[in-house]
Amino acid sequence: MASYRDKSGRPVVVVTGMGVVTSLGAGKTDNWDKLTAGQSGIRAITRFSTEGLKTRIAGTVDFVPVEPLTSPALAGRLADMAAEEAVAQSGIGSKGHFPGPLFLAVAPVEVEWPQRQEVAKASGANDQVTYTDLIRAASSGKFRHYHERFMFGSVADGLASKFGTEGAPVSLSTACASGASAIQLGLEAIRRGETDAALCVATDGTVNVESLIRFSLLSALSMSNEPPQGASKPFSKNRDGFVMAEGAGALVLESYEAATARGAKILGVLAGCGELADSFHRTRSSPDGKPIVGCMRNALDDAGLKPEAIDYINAHGTGTPENDKMECQCVTTVFGERAKKIPISSNKSMIGHTLSAAGAIEAVVTLMTLEHQRIPPTINYNIPDPAITLDVVPNVARDARIERAISNSFGFGGQNVTLVLAREPA
Amino acid sequence: MAEAPREAWITGIGIVSCLGEGLDAHWQGFAESKRVIDSETFAPFIVHPLAPIDFDKQIPKKGDQRQMEPWQRIGTYTAGLALDSAGCKGNAALLGHMDMIVAAGGGERDEAVDAAILTALPKAERPDRFLNERLMSDLRPTLFLAQLSNLLAGNISIVHGVTGSSRTFMGEEVAGIDALQIALARIAAGQSDITLVGGSYNSERSDVVMLYEFGGYCLKDEFRPVWEREQDSGFALGSLGAFLVVESKAHAQARNATPIARLSAVASGYAKRGSDGAIADELARLWPRIAGNLRPGGAAVISGATGAAPATAEEKDFLARHSELPVRATGTLIGHGIEPQMVMNVALAALAVSRGKLFPPCGNASFERPMAGALTQAVVTGVGHWRGEGLALVEAVG
Repeated sequence: MASYRDKSGRPVVVVTGMGVVTSLGAGKTDNWDKLTAGQSGIRAITRFSTEGLKTRIAGTVDFVPVEPLTSPALAGRLADMAAEEAVAQSGIGSKGHFPGPLFLAVAPVEVEWPQRQEVAKASGANDQVTYTDLIRAASSGKFRHYHERFMFGSVADGLASKFGTEGAPVSLSTACASGASAIQLGLEAIRRGETDAALCVATDGTVNVESLIRFSLLSALSMSNEPPQGASKPFSKNRDGFVMAEGAGALVLESYEAATARGAKILGVLAGCGELADSFHRTRSSPDGKPIVGCMRNALDDAGLKPEAIDYINAHGTGTPENDKMECQCVTTVFGERAKKIPISSNKSMIGHTLSAAGAIEAVVTLMTLEHQRIPPTINYNIPDPAITLDVVPNVARDARIERAISNSFGFGGQNVTLVLAREPA
Repeated sequence: MAEAPREAWITGIGIVSCLGEGLDAHWQGFAESKRVIDSETFAPFIVHPLAPIDFDKQIPKKGDQRQMEPWQRIGTYTAGLALDSAGCKGNAALLGHMDMIVAAGGGERDEAVDAAILTALPKAERPDRFLNERLMSDLRPTLFLAQLSNLLAGNISIVHGVTGSSRTFMGEEVAGIDALQIALARIAAGQSDITLVGGSYNSERSDVVMLYEFGGYCLKDEFRPVWEREQDSGFALGSLGAFLVVESKAHAQARNATPIARLSAVASGYAKRGSDGAIADELARLWPRIAGNLRPGGAAVISGATGAAPATAEEKDFLARHSELPVRATGTLIGHGIEPQMVMNVALAALAVSRGKLFPPCGNASFERPMAGALTQAVVTGVGHWRGEGLALVEAVG
C-alpha cells in the first residue's frame, strides 16, 4: 500500500479527472487517437482576413460556436468544456459544487477591434475619432456588457459560478507556462492542507488579428503557411517559429488520501513541481541555461527523484530556433549521457502552441502517455538538426515503458515551470 | 502541514501614488489629508495622477525603461523601493531564492495608433486588409511586451534580479487579495521563506477610463470622499504602485532584518453578488478568520472602499456593525488602483501600526471619526468594484 504522504511528509497529490479541447477535437479520446496517429490540427485561419499577413495559419478551435466571438468568450467556453469533462470523470462533489478552489490560467484580456469599432461608430465622431469620443460613447450605458466581458476576472467568474468552486477564483498568467503554474498552485494548496481538492484549468482562445500580429512582429511565428499541417516543426533543422493555437486543459487534483477514501480512480500522480525565473531577457533564455536547468532540477528535488527516474520528457518544444536549442542543451545538462536515450516529444508539433493553456493540455497528454504506455510523436521531423541530439520520437507514435515523466513549460518574461508526473503513487 | 503556521513579517515596503513615494511622503500626505486630483485631462472624469518620479533611481538603464510602458515602470520602480526598504537590494543570493507574486492587469494601448486606425477604417476600401496593414506597420514590436500582464514580474526579474519564482495573478481587485493571501499561506506553511508581493497601476490612460466607463464606474464632475458618493457613485482611478517584502520571522531574524509590521492574516472571499447584502454577508463570513485577536481600543480599519455602487454602501453597512473600530478609506486620497489596491492598503496599515497611531479622517469624511489612542492592529478591507472581497489583519511587532 502506497503512503498518503511523500518523503517530505506532505500529502501525496493525485489526478482524478482530466479534460482537454484542442484544434484536433474535444475530449481525451478524440485527442489521444489523433495525437498518436500523428495528425495536425493546424489550418488556414478563416476567422478573420489574413490578407497581407506573413503568418496565415493557426490551431484555431473552429468547431465550438461562440457568438459574439471574443477571445475571453471563446476561452471561457473551451475552459468550460475541459472542466466539464474533468469534473465528470472525477465524480467529485455534486452538480454546481466543486469542493475546492479554482486556479485558472488565462490570457490577458482586452477590448478587441470589432468592439472598438462598434464603440467608435456609436460615438458619431465624423472626421477624427479620438479616445474622448470612445469614452463618451462608453458612458452612454449602451455597452454595459463590455465592462464585464473585458474584465480579466470574467472567465474565471463564469467557471466559478458554474462549477461552484470555493472561495475567490485565482486567475493567473505566467505567459506560456501559465497552465503549469495553475497546476502548481493547486498542488501547493493541497500540500498546505487547505483543501483536499483543486480544479486547475488553463485556456486560450486568443487567435485574433492583433494577437497574431503581435507575435508576428516579435518574429516568433512560423511563416510556413503551405501546407499548414507542416508548419510546426519542433527540433527540426528547418523549424521557423511556433504556430499559435487554442484549446483548454483541466485537471482535478486531490489528495491521495481523499481520493482513495471516496473510491476515486487514480489517473496519475503529480509528484512534484519546480520553477525558477530567468533575469536575462524579456523573450530570450539565459544563454547558460541555468534557469531552465535549475527549474528541472527543482522539480526533480521537489518530487524526491533523481534524473535516472525519468522515462519520458514532454517538451515545451515550441519550434522556435531558440527554444528548442535551449531546451535540448538544458535537458542534456540535467540528464547527462542518458539524455540521448530518454524519449522527448513535442505535442505542439500537432496542436500548435496553445499559449496560456499549453502547460495544462500537455500535462493531460503526458498523463495519457503514462496511462497508455505510448508516446505521441514529434511530427514534421524531416530534416534533423545536428545540434539537437535527443530522441524526439520522430513522426510516429511509439510504445514504451514509462513510470515517470516531466513536462516542461517556459514563457516570455523568464517564466520556467516543470511538472513531474507519475503513473502510480510511490 | 503538521507544524504550527509560521509568523510572517513585513520587512520592506515600496509605495508610490499621487501623494509621492515612500512611507514618509504618504504619512505626511495622510496627516494633511492632501487632495491631489486631475479633473481636466479626462474631463469630466477625475483621476489621481502619479506624483513626479525619477525612474532612473530604481531603473538605471534607459534601455530597460524604454522596454516598459508606464504601468511597468511604476511597478518596477516600486518593487525596487520595497527591496531597498527590506535591505535586500543587490543581494544576489537572497534575490535568487526570493519568490514573487505580482497582481497585474494589462498594459497601455498605443492611443494614437488606435485613434488613427479608427478614423481611417470606415473610409478604407478594404477595411480588413487596411487593419492588417496598419497594425503590421504601426504597432511597435516591443509594445506587446509592455502590455503583457506577466511582464511586470519579468521586468522586476531583469532589473532587480528577483528569480526564486515569478507568478502573476490577474482578475482586477481579486488579484491583489489572492496574491497576499497565497503569499502569506506559502510562508506560513514553509513553502516560501521570503516573497515580494505587489503590483502597480497607471490611471492616466484613456483606455482604462473607457473600460470602466462601459460599466459607468468612473467618478465624474464633483469630487467627494468615497463614503459620500451615494448620489453619484464611482471611483477615481489612481496611479499607484505597492510592493511588500514579506518573510518568515525566522528568516528575517537570521538576516537581522527589522520588521515594519506583522502580516497576521489574509482572507479572500467571493460573494454571489446581485442580491442585497451579499457583499456585507461575505465580509461577515470572512471576519472571524482575521478578527480573532482583535483588541478594540487599539485597532482600526484601513478600508479599500472605492466609491463604486453598491460595493461601498454595503461595506459601509458592514463596518457600521463594528462601530468600535475607527475607519479610514484611503481611496479618498489616493484613488483606486484596481489590482494593487489591497497591497497598498496593507502597506498603509503597516505604516500606521509601525508609527503607533492612526492618521486623521480622509477628506473629512463624516463616517470616519478621529482616533486619539495608540494603534497596534489594523484590519484591511478590499471590496472589488465588481467581484471579490478580502480582509487582512496587520499588527505591530513587539
